[in-house]
Amino acid sequence: MPDVIPDDSVGLVTPQLQHFDQPLTLRSGRVLPQYDLMYETYGSLNADKSNAVLICHALSGDHHAAGYHSMDDKKPGWWDTAIGPGKAIDTNHFFVVALNNLGGCSGSTGPTSINPESGEVYGPDFPIMAVRDWVNSQARLADVLGIQQWAAVVGGSLGGMQVLRWSIQFPERVRHAVVIASAPKLSAQNIAFNEVARQAIAKDPDFHDGWYHKFGTIPKSGLMQARMLGHLTYLSDDAMRQKFGRELKEGKLNYSFAPEFEVESYLHYQGEKFSTRFDANTYMLMTKALDYFDPAADFDNDLVKCLSRSQCDYLVVSFTTDWRFSPARSEEIVNALMHADKNVSYACIESDNGHDAFLLPIPRYMDIFKAYMQRVADGLGVEGKV
Amino acid sequence: MTVLRDDLAIIQQWVKPDSQVLDLGCGEGSLLSYLKRHKNVRGYGLEINPEKITACIANGVNVIEQDLDKGLSNFEDNSIDTVIMTQALQAVQRPDLLLDEMLRIGDEAIVTFPNFGYWRTRFYLLLKGRMPMSETLPYNWYDTPNIHMCTFRDFEMLCREKGIRILNKTVVDDQHKEHWTIRLWPSMLGEIAVYHITRK
Repeated sequence: MPDVIPDDSVGLVTPQLQHFDQPLTLRSGRVLPQYDLMYETYGSLNADKSNAVLICHALSGDHHAAGYHSMDDKKPGWWDTAIGPGKAIDTNHFFVVALNNLGGCSGSTGPTSINPESGEVYGPDFPIMAVRDWVNSQARLADVLGIQQWAAVVGGSLGGMQVLRWSIQFPERVRHAVVIASAPKLSAQNIAFNEVARQAIAKDPDFHDGWYHKFGTIPKSGLMQARMLGHLTYLSDDAMRQKFGRELKEGKLNYSFAPEFEVESYLHYQGEKFSTRFDANTYMLMTKALDYFDPAADFDNDLVKCLSRSQCDYLVVSFTTDWRFSPARSEEIVNALMHADKNVSYACIESDNGHDAFLLPIPRYMDIFKAYMQRVADGLGVEGKV
Repeated sequence: MTVLRDDLAIIQQWVKPDSQVLDLGCGEGSLLSYLKRHKNVRGYGLEINPEKITACIANGVNVIEQDLDKGLSNFEDNSIDTVIMTQALQAVQRPDLLLDEMLRIGDEAIVTFPNFGYWRTRFYLLLKGRMPMSETLPYNWYDTPNIHMCTFRDFEMLCREKGIRILNKTVVDDQHKEHWTIRLWPSMLGEIAVYHITRK
């Protein structure tokens, strides 16, 4: 679709697949004997390999964070607003690495892959991943790319949780951590939303306890409901009022249960689109990783003690109308970091767009993001420049 | 290197090297940036102005977006060596409560504020019969952020009532300069007050 690739785009990109033979022991105790990671890179790695930035994706994200795969693509990667020449994560300065996490459904090993032990598709047998498992696998990808230390690890939402985990799991391998619209752990309300989404999938007769591929079915209605629920928690009341109000599709009430309001058809459209592109087992697994995340649990539930391990500087960002990952949750991280005597800056961005705001090019958000990343670039020193 | 504003130059003398500071209403972070470079001081600035927050980040200063009027309950007792507030005391909703908070969190505090007892201000009100305006106080009565103006004497009365000890004080003119004439009659001739206080 892009007739011309915009100047501030990373342009056409090609994903790469990296195979790992070394088994990965997971938090659950299970072991992945071998696995693949699908990733993309933008910009160039400098001579001393000090300018690498890792992008961690959220629930439904993947390795395609920026640019286009072909001139036929309708849309660029999911975080194209922030990654590119002259953008917040400036590819003139940085070598950006984005990958699809394990358990995903966009090319990295996950529930749709073949289990080498059984020769069959993993399906629901694919081990449930924890955020630390992703971080361990990302560290191995860094090893392959020769990246000893990331200039910055960056992510929003579930991606922000990976950033926090990186900073305490490999303190010496992270110089800057950018944690956007995230939380130190999910609240009961958040876990409840995830459980409703999982139940919608699990109760779909086409789900077959996750073995749907054997039956040649897809739990489309379950996935659609899960996505619809997710979507409405990512938007704010204001954003929905502005976007849809009470507009009617056909301009009049039909007194039927078919979608009549614009907001209904929007949700149906989003759900429908998602149910054909995303794997249900991956969705189940990703929401579980969100629920389990609680890095302070290993430190007597003391977040200050937990974050004291880190050695990096932090930027934390939240959005005023985000109620799924509210500013108060980001402020818990910020307060713990200040108590731990860490370098941290925090901004709460005015926005009507709820949790979705973290993916949008809101001017103040981009200004702060850019100013911080410029600081990261300045820290590369003369020899580190591309 | 940028030259430090004179009131900030006075403040920095009272901040111990290698200590930790909290700067309430830190602006673009010039004081924190100076203290970090010259005195190895660690610290955070609190600010609510979006442009100033971005400027702090660009200046490499730790800035936290936080509204002083919503309190400082996220900071623990005696967790900071020196809590600083320049030119913001008169603009908060309850300066008295904020002073309590500053000395709960910090061992010491440094505050600066414009003197409403400055001779020009007194004469403005006396002669014109209107709320004073000047370079230090450029606002109209209805749109001013300075909602709790006080004089040096008012401030010192408040400190006495609260049992706050004044360790040091300096007054400067609108150019933030110290001058021998100001020392003669500070409450009349000084335009900006710089107080170093503690509870101990």
